[in-house]
Amino acid sequence: MKVLAIASAGGHWIQLLRLTPAFKNHEMIFMSTNESFADTVEGYKFFKVPDSNRKNKLQLIKSALLVAKHVLSLKPDVIVTTGAAPGLMGILVGKLMGAKTIWIDSIANVEKISMSGNIALKIADRVYTQWEHLSNNKILFNGNVLS
Amino acid sequence: MIFITIGTQEPFDRLIKAMDEIAPLLGDIEIVAQVSDSGYKVNNMKVLNFVSPIEFNKYFNTASLIISHAGMGTIISALEKEKPIIVMPRLVRYGEHRSDHQLATADKFKQLNYVHVASDEFELKNKVLSLLHSMPKPLYKLGKYASNQLIGSLESFLLQ
Repeated sequence: MKVLAIASAGGHWIQLLRLTPAFKNHEMIFMSTNESFADTVEGYKFFKVPDSNRKNKLQLIKSALLVAKHVLSLKPDVIVTTGAAPGLMGILVGKLMGAKTIWIDSIANVEKISMSGNIALKIADRVYTQWEHLSNNKILFNGNVLS
Repeated sequence: MIFITIGTQEPFDRLIKAMDEIAPLLGDIEIVAQVSDSGYKVNNMKVLNFVSPIEFNKYFNTASLIISHAGMGTIISALEKEKPIIVMPRLVRYGEHRSDHQLATADKFKQLNYVHVASDEFELKNKVLSLLHSMPKPLYKLGKYASNQLIGSLESFLLQ
């Protein structure tokens, strides 16, 4: 299967990389907001998209369109993301295309699911939290990125 | 060497200023700070404004103590590399972040006894001085990947 893994720069990206053994038997493609991260996933296809957050609406739209364009041309079977905004957009477009979509809420969200995670809850096939006390019948807890 | 990193978000002058103020008290220890667009002028530390990931890793790997915001990227990197780390949470009321979630993150990782936490500048200064009194030790060693439970759960979901 073709797995598109999306994460914004910083903690989101570091968490995503810690999940890669789960996809070792599949074709992996990466997408992030920092060009230099391509070096950390050498040998894999890597796409850069602009960083965005809900404060800058124009940037958010630009980023969303580019994510959508890539997802449409890559046609992944699975989209997995640890956040934030570009990952959410990937899940939305992926879902419309019939991909299996997985949102893993950042371990930084200790008190409540992130705002993007709450939106993902309405779209994604599976949503994980990394804290047991935040899990319920819709949000799964099955360990976290720590070991 | 002490390496200070505040990530790539908004500035975090409270942390930078506090460290700059106690730098002269730390004797011969080299202090290097990765700072992103700060309004505060640093006097007593080496400052890196633009740093490539490779250069960043070089400083991170050679540091004997990491001081940072309570960002997950830095916390995970420090635990992976067995570096002692003191984190200070960014707060919305000082324009340091979009939410106060770093408070809860810091609290949780302190409960797990993985990191040292300083809730403000005053605590940070005290913590640095008392930690350096004895050689700071890493609190926890993290493996390279996520828990087997999470990896297994993802693997089986892909096959469903």
